[in-house]
Amino acid sequence: MRLFVSEGAPGSLPVLAAARRAQGRAELLISTVGPEECVVPFLTQPKVPVLQLDNGNYLFSTSAICRYFFLLSGWEQDDLTNQWLEWEATELQPALSAALYYLVVQGKKGEDVLGPVRRALTHIDHSLSRRSCPFLAGETESLADIVLWGALYPLLQDPAYLPEELGALHSWFQTVSSQEPCQRAAETVLKQQGVLALRPYLQKQPQPSSLQGRAVSNEPEEEELATLSEEEIAMAVTAWEKGLGNLPPLRPPQNPVLPVAGERNVLITSALPYVNNVPHLGNIIGCVLSADVFARYSRLRQWNTLYLCGTDEYGTATETKAMEEGLTPQEICDKYHAIHADIYRWFNISFDIFGRTTTPQQTKITQDIFQRLFSRGFVLQDTVEQLRCEQCARFLADRFVEGVCPFCGYEEARGDQCDKCGKLINATELKKPQCKVCRSCPVVKSSQHLFLDLPKLEKRLEEWLENTLPGSDWTPNARFIIRSWLRDGLKPRCITRDLKWGTPVPLEGFEDKVFYVWFDATIGYLSITANYTDQWERWWKNPEQVSLYQFMAKDNVPFHGLVFPCSALGAEDNYTLVSHLIATEYLNYEDGKFSKSRGVGVFGDMAQDTGIPADIWRFYLLYIRPEGQDSAFSWTDMLLKNNSELLNNLGNFINRAGMFVSKFFGGYVPEMVLTSDDQRLLAHVTLELQHYHQLLEKVRIRDALRSILTISRHGNQYIQVNEPWKRIKGSEADRQRAGTVTGLAVNIAALLSVMLQPYMPTVSATIQAQLQLPPPACGILLTNFLCTLPAGHLIGTVSPLFQKLENDQIESLRQRFGGGQLEESLELKAKVSSKPAVGETVTATGPQQIQVLMDEVTKQGNIVRELKAQKADKNQVAAEVAKLLDLKKQLALAEGKPLETPKGKKKK
Amino acid sequence: MAAAAELTLLEKSLGLSKGNKYSAQGERQIPVLQTNNGPSLTGLTTIAAHLVKQANKEYLLGSTAEEKAIVQQWLEYRVTRVDGHSSKDDIHALLKDLNSYLEDKVYLTGYNFTLADILLYYGLHRFIIVNLKHRLVRNL
Repeated sequence: MRLFVSEGAPGSLPVLAAARRAQGRAELLISTVGPEECVVPFLTQPKVPVLQLDNGNYLFSTSAICRYFFLLSGWEQDDLTNQWLEWEATELQPALSAALYYLVVQGKKGEDVLGPVRRALTHIDHSLSRRSCPFLAGETESLADIVLWGALYPLLQDPAYLPEELGALHSWFQTVSSQEPCQRAAETVLKQQGVLALRPYLQKQPQPSSLQGRAVSNEPEEEELATLSEEEIAMAVTAWEKGLGNLPPLRPPQNPVLPVAGERNVLITSALPYVNNVPHLGNIIGCVLSADVFARYSRLRQWNTLYLCGTDEYGTATETKAMEEGLTPQEICDKYHAIHADIYRWFNISFDIFGRTTTPQQTKITQDIFQRLFSRGFVLQDTVEQLRCEQCARFLADRFVEGVCPFCGYEEARGDQCDKCGKLINATELKKPQCKVCRSCPVVKSSQHLFLDLPKLEKRLEEWLENTLPGSDWTPNARFIIRSWLRDGLKPRCITRDLKWGTPVPLEGFEDKVFYVWFDATIGYLSITANYTDQWERWWKNPEQVSLYQFMAKDNVPFHGLVFPCSALGAEDNYTLVSHLIATEYLNYEDGKFSKSRGVGVFGDMAQDTGIPADIWRFYLLYIRPEGQDSAFSWTDMLLKNNSELLNNLGNFINRAGMFVSKFFGGYVPEMVLTSDDQRLLAHVTLELQHYHQLLEKVRIRDALRSILTISRHGNQYIQVNEPWKRIKGSEADRQRAGTVTGLAVNIAALLSVMLQPYMPTVSATIQAQLQLPPPACGILLTNFLCTLPAGHLIGTVSPLFQKLENDQIESLRQRFGGGQLEESLELKAKVSSKPAVGETVTATGPQQIQVLMDEVTKQGNIVRELKAQKADKNQVAAEVAKLLDLKKQLALAEGKPLETPKGKKKK
Repeated sequence: MAAAAELTLLEKSLGLSKGNKYSAQGERQIPVLQTNNGPSLTGLTTIAAHLVKQANKEYLLGSTAEEKAIVQQWLEYRVTRVDGHSSKDDIHALLKDLNSYLEDKVYLTGYNFTLADILLYYGLHRFIIVNLKHRLVRNL
């Protein structure tokens, strides 16, 4: 039998402790799988630990696995154990998973964590002391003890969460913990890191259902209306009445945009996407889209804004891709730069410049910074052992080497990591290394390299951080990452590579080398600006006047927050350094990761083919922006949010407001006579608008989007309560009331159109055209709610803004982007997946994966033949045949052959 | 179906003559059985397994170690997943999983009818509409 476990999965504790019981009675293999791997073919959700029995059946319940081990040892089931296990599953687990989630994922402490489990802990304590038995089900340790101990251990091993007054629980827990099998299980699972060892696993799990209903993540809380002071109401009314007169003149567009003394000058960069691949939704929300929202917002505030990005083009990966596609690196860059640019254009990203790093400016600025660092003694030389292929006459980057894993003996381990055991490898440690290009055996050669002397720059960096961080809007994850790097101490960092495709190193003896992409990629921002304007130094050597906002996913933090600042500080040339480093967490796809090679997830170029408009994508991605914690793209959720928030809430409100003006008042905004209720509404909207500003100034993009939806919810309620469609048919006073309500509603719609502009620019423009909103009101957002559509203003033609997404439409998209079958790790490759095959979008499939599929087809073919020979049950044969056909289909797709029975449209 | 009614139904199908009385505990109305010779038993599957033993039909709890574990696994599934469902999507996912599990099986353990089949059937009854031609229903 085979036990599947996952790093940090709490269920491993009781299972490993119980497994000792069955030792010697059955052979047990243990395999480690990823937290999102679906080991059990019939379960839609991933589940570990799982025990695969020798007959192929699965035990996926932690307690059932433990029970099985105990049964194998001759133990007999009894009522009391059953009762404990049932209690554990129905009462303890929901409480515990909430507590662990608070503790491990959300970093809460104390009563927040203990609160949910206190009742359960007391129950155990009372039962133990009432029965006055040392163990839960009698005089000896048994199944119930192991299962409950395993569940509780991650929490209770921290004495802070083992209340002292629960004496019986205390001594029971100590006794069980001291048993050898338990000790060993605890060491294996928690690795002496305590409960934090569970983090990588728990983070990947959906929020426990016991927590749902309580707002923790994305879901809007029930909005409680704030209490308003008379003063607030009076101020809101005054601002409203001044109307368009409040607005300053629109700033004329500039080209190039340059900083202006005495103004707020905002320089915004989005991490440079690597050129060799098509970005997926996670990449898009992580940097370009997030930065775009902020850039658009910044312009609405009339701040002097420059937003730049570009493709990062140098490096090994480009060379590899070029070799794969039979093009030169330059051709690859040209090709993919255009693909990137097209995607961002489709998503309506408002770059002032979208450049690239392979330009003469890049060489000039990089070499200049290097020379300055070199002449100031911040560059070291050292020798590095590297594999060199004599046949190809070049040093091999890690990904160009393959060989036998020194740890597990796997034959096709890569130069940096083994796919089978997952261990990190130094390419020089590989046994029987092979050059991936020519298959000859490389030799170890030493090569001279340059290192940036980070330890020497550490003090300057810390001083700079001390001045920069307090009061800034660096995201917490970025602060945390930088702090942990500094805590571990900085080490010299290699900044050169034995490559051709890169910025040449201007130093004698280094003619065959180029700068490592991470030394010069961040310099790309400077060179891209230099290609935009020859006055680029006014942005980049002007820290006094410029606020630099840099957007990225968290894996990019060390280079932007540490390596580049060190280079810039060492170069001593008054560079503008990052004022606000904005890092997102990761976006997952449905329940797993985006994967190009497996065809899982939606990639930038495919979003266009879904028929769903760019603004809907923008909205949903921003709604689930991984701000503060990982989040996941889900098709069902996208449908839900589109149909509920956009269609029923926002779209419905704006459309109704406009329709009432057209239908009841001939398209002219009616006179408004504000009652005190209306004035309160004005104040509430103003308050929410100010909240929106506060959030966006702090770059809390996702949260600010909620404010928009809140205002439109207020608007819907307002219309619903005041029923203008009824009053319009009533008395003179009723008709006047209908006019006021309609007028106020359509003004709220106008405000929403501006607030929406950073998020959904096209929809915003559509609303503004429908309402004929005057240009200054479209381009400027103040902190007050103004009457921008005064009585007598003629609006345009109103039409619905959003379309309903239908279930079957979404279902077919989910199928289309669900990916192929190669989700199982190699560990599991013998196992035949029974998931439906949806391979239409598999594009890039490596030869290794094709081989895996071929093996699976052969294996499955044998199974079918055997079954047929045995005259097995018809259904069983049919099921196996279906699996075989599935596999063949995937193989055909992977090899790029046309399908025999094409389904849907095949993508390039 | 309340848990007590379900247990009474189970008693009948097991051929137990004297009917037990059940009380209910807490928010979720967990059934409690007061036994004559010993402490009370709490929990649907715990009591059900107890009744099976009372009726001398232990084979309904599985005969091999493996069957026993599988039976208990699905009993746990019944009280956590089936009773703990929160949305339509959950139910749909659950039925899908079960359907896929049962594709090559007659009963939950494979070929032998067990307590797990009975309780899962009771549990699903309320959301499987009879005319929904679900494989699970046919198999049971």
